[in-house]
Amino acid sequence: MNLSRRALLKVAGISLIGAGVGPALKALEAGESPRTLASPNRLAGKRWAMVVHTQKCPTGCKECIDACHREHNVPDFGNPKDEVKWVWNEPFKDVFPGQEHPYVDPMLKEKPVLVLCNHCDNPPCVKVCPTQATFKRKEDGIVMMDYHRCIGCRFCIAGCPYGARSMNFRDPRPFIKKIKPDFPTRTKGVVEKCNFCEERLAKGLLPACVEACKDKALVFGDLENPQSEIRKIIQAQLTLRRRPELGTKPQVYYLV
Amino acid sequence: MIYNRGKIMAGLLIFLALLTFPFWYGKGRTAPPALPLDTPEIQKLPVKKCVEPTAYMKASHMELLDRWRDAVVRDGNHLYVNHEGKQFFMSLSQTCLGCHSNKEKFCDSCHTYSGVKPNCWNCHVVPQEGRA
Repeated sequence: MNLSRRALLKVAGISLIGAGVGPALKALEAGESPRTLASPNRLAGKRWAMVVHTQKCPTGCKECIDACHREHNVPDFGNPKDEVKWVWNEPFKDVFPGQEHPYVDPMLKEKPVLVLCNHCDNPPCVKVCPTQATFKRKEDGIVMMDYHRCIGCRFCIAGCPYGARSMNFRDPRPFIKKIKPDFPTRTKGVVEKCNFCEERLAKGLLPACVEACKDKALVFGDLENPQSEIRKIIQAQLTLRRRPELGTKPQVYYLV
Repeated sequence: MIYNRGKIMAGLLIFLALLTFPFWYGKGRTAPPALPLDTPEIQKLPVKKCVEPTAYMKASHMELLDRWRDAVVRDGNHLYVNHEGKQFFMSLSQTCLGCHSNKEKFCDSCHTYSGVKPNCWNCHVVPQEGRA
């Protein structure tokens, strides 16, 4: 057979393309490839935030704290050195150090104020995390933790100006009174914090602390939605945020 | 012509025997574990089908779980749609163990056999082990 180089290349090229047709058709035949979806009954928001009515909080009430810690398998080590906390109380003077002056009502000074992760718009913990275990969700602003990736370096604990993060210095399992099976516990050597009940939002439920509060002292909602209750509250009244001068843009607003 | 032929051949035989020791020693002694699929939850299913075909699950369940983990934690997507278009809630302790409620016989026996130590259970809770 007398084939010119040019003709040979043409034939070879066409047969190569032909060889690819079979597998390509097969791939198309296989039907849709698996994919993942957001749950249709989730609560969707663009910028989740919370308002804390400090005056509505009855003294000594810990319903929200207990509900959160039960919901998320938060251990109780029984000593302040190892303490792990997602939501807790702190005296007013420590929550708002800038608001203190010599004539502040001494009662107010010591009044416990509910504090939690502020889910900052500009979160320093996310910047310092070397593994991106802590990250800010683009769709709703929640500052999330991926415990699978946490290496326990505790840069985030140093980075967070609100003390919202706790380290598991010991295996937390034996220190959880009642383990809730559908939420994972943590393991020794990871940091944990409030997740704005991301797992409940996905099921269409409000955060556990908000649901547990009988006095309606906690309001949770989407700041980007002009019709939301939370947006109306922070527009109508002057609210405080914790240490806004740091530029972290905290998203927990306080009515004092 | 090889000097010391007898010694060398004997030595080679012993060497080969030692080299292949793990293969013939274990033969027949350790059968791969049978993975029981007869949990009451699976018996109740109208169509006894896992999320993906059995062959794929056997070989690549760890990759599937990694993808589930990233989808849920990173992207906030909680539903998995498989090749057939069927939807599943992505959860190790609820969906996987919901059917495979025999973790010791299903997960652990095979992981022990193959010497794998997954660290899933350091954090994820086996429903029966949740303390009341």
